[in-house]
Amino acid sequence: MCLAVPGRIIEMLGGGSDGEAAVGPVATVDFQGSRVEVSLAMSPEASVGQWVLVHAGFAIAVLDEDEARQTWEYLQASGIGEMPEQLKAGSDGGK
Amino acid sequence: MSVAASNENLRQLVSAVADAAAGARDMALMEICGTHTVCLFRSGVKSLMPTNVRLISGPGCPVCVTSCGYLDAACELAARKDVIIATYGDMVRVPGRTDSLEAARGRGAAVEVVYSARDAVKLARGNPGRNVVFLAVGFETTTPATAAAVIEAEAAGLKNLFILPGHKVLMPALEALLSADDSAIDGFLCPGHVSVILGAAAYRPIAQKYRKPCVVVGFEPANMLEGIGRLVRQVAASQAKVENAYGVAVTEGGNAQARAMIERVFEPAATEWRAMGSIPASGLALRGCYARFDARAKFGIEFGPDYEPPGCRCGEVIQGRIEPTACGLFGVKCSPTTPVGPCMVSSEGTCAAWYKYNRRSR
Repeated sequence: MCLAVPGRIIEMLGGGSDGEAAVGPVATVDFQGSRVEVSLAMSPEASVGQWVLVHAGFAIAVLDEDEARQTWEYLQASGIGEMPEQLKAGSDGGK
Repeated sequence: MSVAASNENLRQLVSAVADAAAGARDMALMEICGTHTVCLFRSGVKSLMPTNVRLISGPGCPVCVTSCGYLDAACELAARKDVIIATYGDMVRVPGRTDSLEAARGRGAAVEVVYSARDAVKLARGNPGRNVVFLAVGFETTTPATAAAVIEAEAAGLKNLFILPGHKVLMPALEALLSADDSAIDGFLCPGHVSVILGAAAYRPIAQKYRKPCVVVGFEPANMLEGIGRLVRQVAASQAKVENAYGVAVTEGGNAQARAMIERVFEPAATEWRAMGSIPASGLALRGCYARFDARAKFGIEFGPDYEPPGCRCGEVIQGRIEPTACGLFGVKCSPTTPVGPCMVSSEGTCAAWYKYNRRSR
């Protein structure tokens, strides 16, 4: 359950509801093609183009690009954590 | 790195572990993360250990450590027509004493699997006539997300979002394991993503007070082998230091923003662990200003007593006291298709991993 996955921030999402604004910035993060809305509340220093480690819809750390790519490739190759389904679930509203 | 170079690197790391263990005493190294459990099996690392190095699994699977009383309360809430349960998928199949969320869903209960606590907030916004109860389970990696959802709901004035508090705090559980008279743990492979939040420094009290080495590791076989090698070297040299082999993601101080969110919303409280009983300060209760989000108060329910199905030894498995094959139900009455206890239900449970990857050793 504690698996986190690296992705790259491609766009900051402005506005949002009052509640979201109280928590922190939200961004679109690309996971090799799957685009998911991610909260940057725990990594407010992250910016567009940077890689972040994402757990359950929150970026928990900013990563070095080379390391992030290696981690991603390993996770893809090994199929750990049934990640694609989770990301799919995240992108269509959580079903 | 090419496949050949990668394999050569792994061979060198395996032989480094063997070199470090040569001549050393027998040792038991515990990992405390369900994802580590699976990775150690899947990658074959577990089967490559020298005979005097035993890898054991601790209480690191959030589903497995959740008490039966919590699941019963979740099922009780699911039975209400005015409630939508929002939960991480791992919880759905775990049986309570007489019911599971999966069975409740089959009878028409609204049980929605979510990827994020943020999705629970969205569900509440989209269903103003129903009450959404988010099953708040997991360790420090997952807890800040729940805290953020509560903060967001409070700021937005959402009146129909609640949580069933079941989060666990790692360190008190490690202390409980080490305080047992018959503790046989020689060192910890510390969970990578919990440590992103806590920071490597958080393990220093464990290393100092209990004289147990702690090494933070990630999830790739090479990194896990590197961490195991460092632990073995420390045990062989009677050292008890904290080392960080997952510096890519884990810093000394961890993620202070995430911890601040936890502290804003929650305060330490005793909580019930499956088969381990109540451990002081090992859980989290909502602070007074957020108390209205507690589903127990809203719906007038309590967590019932813990319970283990007859013959089920999951409680001993999650404490690393026995291996799954020591349980009489394992592989006979209990398998991934007909699971009896949570360690077989959860994909990250020790029994499920053992069944899938290691049945030959039975």
